Amino acid sequence: MSRKLLLEHINVPGINTLEVYRQKGGYRAVEKALKTLTPEEIVEEVKKSGLRGRGGAGFPTGMKWSFLAKPEGVARYLVCNADESEPGTFKDRYLMTYIPHALIEGMIVSSFALGAKVSYIYVRGEMMPQIRILEKAIAEAKAAGWLGKNILGSGYDLELYVQPGGGAYICGEETALLESLEGKRGNPRIKPPFPAIAGLYGCPTVVNNVESIAAVVPIINDGGEEYAKIGIGRSTGTKLISASGNLVKPGVYEIELGLPVEEFIYSDEYCGGIANGKRLKATVAGGSSVPILPANLTLKYANGEPRLMSYESLSEGGFATGTMMGSGGFIAFDEDQCIVRNTWNFARFYHHESCGQCSPCREGTGWMEKVLHKIEHGYGTMSDVDLLWDIQRKIEGNTICPLGDAAAWPVASAIRHFRDEFEWHIKEPVKSQQQNYGLANYANPIEKAPVTEEK
Amino acid sequence: MLKVEEQTPVVFSSELLAKFDDVITRYPADKSKSALLPLLHLVQAEFLWVSTSAMDKVAEYLKIQPIEVYEVATFYSMYFLKPQGKYALEVCRTGPCCLVGAEKILDHLESKLGVKEGEVTTDGLFSFRGVECLAACGFGPVLQISPEYTFYENLTTESVDKLIEDLKNK
Repeated sequence: MSRKLLLEHINVPGINTLEVYRQKGGYRAVEKALKTLTPEEIVEEVKKSGLRGRGGAGFPTGMKWSFLAKPEGVARYLVCNADESEPGTFKDRYLMTYIPHALIEGMIVSSFALGAKVSYIYVRGEMMPQIRILEKAIAEAKAAGWLGKNILGSGYDLELYVQPGGGAYICGEETALLESLEGKRGNPRIKPPFPAIAGLYGCPTVVNNVESIAAVVPIINDGGEEYAKIGIGRSTGTKLISASGNLVKPGVYEIELGLPVEEFIYSDEYCGGIANGKRLKATVAGGSSVPILPANLTLKYANGEPRLMSYESLSEGGFATGTMMGSGGFIAFDEDQCIVRNTWNFARFYHHESCGQCSPCREGTGWMEKVLHKIEHGYGTMSDVDLLWDIQRKIEGNTICPLGDAAAWPVASAIRHFRDEFEWHIKEPVKSQQQNYGLANYANPIEKAPVTEEK
Repeated sequence: MLKVEEQTPVVFSSELLAKFDDVITRYPADKSKSALLPLLHLVQAEFLWVSTSAMDKVAEYLKIQPIEVYEVATFYSMYFLKPQGKYALEVCRTGPCCLVGAEKILDHLESKLGVKEGEVTTDGLFSFRGVECLAACGFGPVLQISPEYTFYENLTTESVDKLIEDLKNK
């Protein structure tokens, strides 16, 4: 069994209440932080831990914190990004539903470290049940003196509020989130200035994902160095993986980074293999935005070495043969799934969610959706595949925020690895409406590359 | 699209206004516009949709221009700009849910309720639509019902039938 830092007590009855959470050692990190550590020492511990942002970009959290400007007399804000909307990702919903105090405890410690007196948790609007859970937990914490004025007699004051979104994927992008929190459309801002300099209401602001903030609790309890001992290389600690698609046991799993992908998919401790005795065709390893990989490249690098669940290993081989850790949204496709249909589905998603600010994304996402719809429904032509490739290239890198890239990559990777399947749809317009392309050679084992002897 | 003829006078109850007053305290005094999204949710929970005149009233309350409310209400997908059924069913239709049968659930709802996506049943009880990822991919297919946003997971055509019967008898 691997170590659990976030979900250790998830199955304890009543862990959503302050009383039980406290019995299981909850709020120790707040006591330790406010009574024995300075804000600078906390930032130092988080730096030492090597914690990387769990929302998708993987930027080191401690470093992000150290960029925060601290001008005299200006408020600073911590905003938690709970706008979890990346298709394939549902770990934050899970954490907030079952163990809300883990997030609140992390918010108190992190707010203290950053010198924020008011902090917000921006939760996507559809998660009204989770908003109610968090508001109840905040009221409990406040009644017990963990929030409010002069917490634990330390002289530190903190108010914590939950802010609902309105249903917009783009608000997961930190500057769009801040616009939305200011009561505006979620149009991403041009950076610089970064939020660390001018964020919420123009004040220095840190925006962190739910899981990143919850991870601060074990980091403070056990020390950054202990946290960094878990994991592999620059992928330290544990990570919540949301597993979905055609798996025997989809759900949220906490893994130690560095777990072999094959073990994650097939071991009974995790997903338990592919549902209904079918074979794996492809995976999207880190949420819909990251490149899709055929089964064989999911399990192994192009040179035959096993692939691991870590930031570095998942991106081994670049986009030619690798993918990304992203938000940890692991989607498995069985042999009966159609890659063209899924790519069309994702393209529709990005078209729907584009904020419309940059023309390459606003126009390009809709164009890709239309072309993919045409191919999927048996009206494609060979030149459409090249057209798609051309459109995605013109979106990538040409937009203010990463939504453009996120829309381009699934299309690019699907064509890169599954071009045969796209061409089959075009050559067999009738057949492709009645049956699927199937597994083809996408799961063929990759032989280990022969080691060439130095002469 | 906002239509002027949809103007129907609305009255905000004192209970609703008290909720508004509570939300506004969360932000710095000169930043009350931040309350806009939460206020629109409160309006929708009360009236089941957000009419133009309700938006105008929200603008008046926050001391901002009506256009500032319209542009937000039309940007975010959760705000209904026309009346919905008493129970508005929203089924996730994004990739992972489709891998486990979300499209079948949408087709089934259409035939079961006898209305197309976005229309309201004649008894005024139901409307449905497909929405993008609801962040519950491991438990798909899923749907939520506004205004409470109660959540239903691992749907089958049978469980959807039962859900609809239960709501009818409520």
